[in-house]
Amino acid sequence: MIPGSFDYHRPDSVGAAVKLLVDFGDGARVIAGGHSLIPMMKLRMADLDHLIDLQGINDLKSITVSGANVTIGAMVTQHELIANEALFSMAPIVREAALQIADPQVRYVGTLGGNVANGDPGNDMPGLMQCLDASYTVVGPNGSRDIAARSFYEAAYFTERQDDEILTSISFKSKKGGYAYEKQKRKIGDYATAASAVLIEKDGGNCTAASIAMTNLSDTPVCPQEAAAALIGTALDEASISAAVTAAVNAIDPAEDNRGPVEFKKYVAGIMLRRAIERATARA
Amino acid sequence: MGKMHVKLTVNGKQVETLAEPRELLIHVLRENLNITGPHIGCETSHCGACTVDMGGKSVKSCTVFAAQANGADITTIEGLGTPDGLHVLQEMFKEHHGLQCGFCTPGMITRAYRLLQENPDPTEEEVRFGMAGNLCRCTGYQNIVKAIMAAAAEMNAVKEAAQ
Ligand SMILES: Cc1cc2nc3c(=O)[nH]c(=O)nc-3n(C[C@H](O)[C@H](O)[C@H](O)COP(=O)(O)OP(=O)(O)OC[C@H]3O[C@@H](n4cnc5c(N)ncnc54)[C@H](O)[C@@H]3O)c2cc1C
Ligand code: FES
Ligand code: FES
Repeated sequence: MIPGSFDYHRPDSVGAAVKLLVDFGDGARVIAGGHSLIPMMKLRMADLDHLIDLQGINDLKSITVSGANVTIGAMVTQHELIANEALFSMAPIVREAALQIADPQVRYVGTLGGNVANGDPGNDMPGLMQCLDASYTVVGPNGSRDIAARSFYEAAYFTERQDDEILTSISFKSKKGGYAYEKQKRKIGDYATAASAVLIEKDGGNCTAASIAMTNLSDTPVCPQEAAAALIGTALDEASISAAVTAAVNAIDPAEDNRGPVEFKKYVAGIMLRRAIERATARA
Repeated sequence: MGKMHVKLTVNGKQVETLAEPRELLIHVLRENLNITGPHIGCETSHCGACTVDMGGKSVKSCTVFAAQANGADITTIEGLGTPDGLHVLQEMFKEHHGLQCGFCTPGMITRAYRLLQENPDPTEEEVRFGMAGNLCRCTGYQNIVKAIMAAAAEMNAVKEAAQ
């Protein structure tokens, strides 16, 4: 279980890291916590000549809350997301979801940036960030640009980020209302068989805003607008929830694997979403 | 790339060794530095037998490159107690039969050490959640949880007595 050889670099600024990516081209990759990349390198499914470690770049390590805006540096770990009280008060769903990722050892080192940049459909944060309608900032040789989480994912391991760009931060607006992250997994520490993130706002018993995203049920996260629309303007009664669940299950395209056949995954997806909607509603 | 100088502080001692960047921290600890407390169970980031404390975090040293660890402060089971002066956790694992074959034990205790640093008075559920990255094939976990709860109680009693 030893990966192929590579040269190791530890730049101390985003600019220096981008320059290394440009200079070494195809053979170079960044490493954050390494808890997705190192397993792939051990299996020799990722082969690279230059490994660019982002741990020395302090600019990527802070959580900033200003007014209603939350900005999280790419190198903030899942452990730090869970511990941060300011973040919890702005978007408690992030802590709830992060606590369901992997195990304590993985959460100490696994970063938000690595989780969302990776492009593995099993990662929990991409769906969550779509639910929050977050935006990713990437920096490359031609400067920086923002990409909506909802248009970042193209296919498994293919994203809008170019190879010479580094994801530097993730931003979203604070979410009031009710929230829930429901995840079915085979055992603690496992990726989702199906997971669902839900945000709901209510006014006098009526749903005024809703957002839904699903994880590991297609080769990208799924954020079905029609499912959210089935809730908005309703009293979140049984018929509306069923309509939302049906719309969401129609929008996913799970593949059979060792977590189960397609029918099973669709069934579990429906249960996870229903639970998430009910719990978010109760909290709204 | 050839070998690089990797400087570490391990159990309070500064050490330097030559390693290829692709070598894993667990191999450098065990093979270069002869620190064989942390074990290799799965080598695939699942079992936690290789857990060490690095910069105040429990990490699986089979999933860290030697190069990433360069400059880090590491504590292994060897740094927690000695045969003559066991750490409270070691004492309690012994007393409550928290081990059978013992293969998972260094990782369990090193992880439990950090858990109790962060949460000195955990509930049983918090212990189970906090220990979820460590697998044991023998004990069924009951006695591991008991041992950690007993260690927490003992450490708190000692702290109170000192006040
Ligand atoms: C046992 C185990 C269980 C796990 N369970 C789960 C789970 O249930 N849910 C879940 O979501 N994840 C899970 N993970 C994955 C874990 O959360 C990873 O840590 C995370 O997906 C990636 O974060 P990282 O910082 O380790 O990234 P790395 O592994 O360092 O990087 C992942 C990829 O993203 C790229 N990358 C990283 N940072 C940047 C950046 N700033 N800009 C551009 N590209 C970047 C890297 O080049 C690489 O291709 C698990 C991992 C393990 C080992
Ligand atoms: S040997 Fe590292 S987690 Fe199993
Ligand atoms: S005591 Fe044997 S694996 Fe835990």
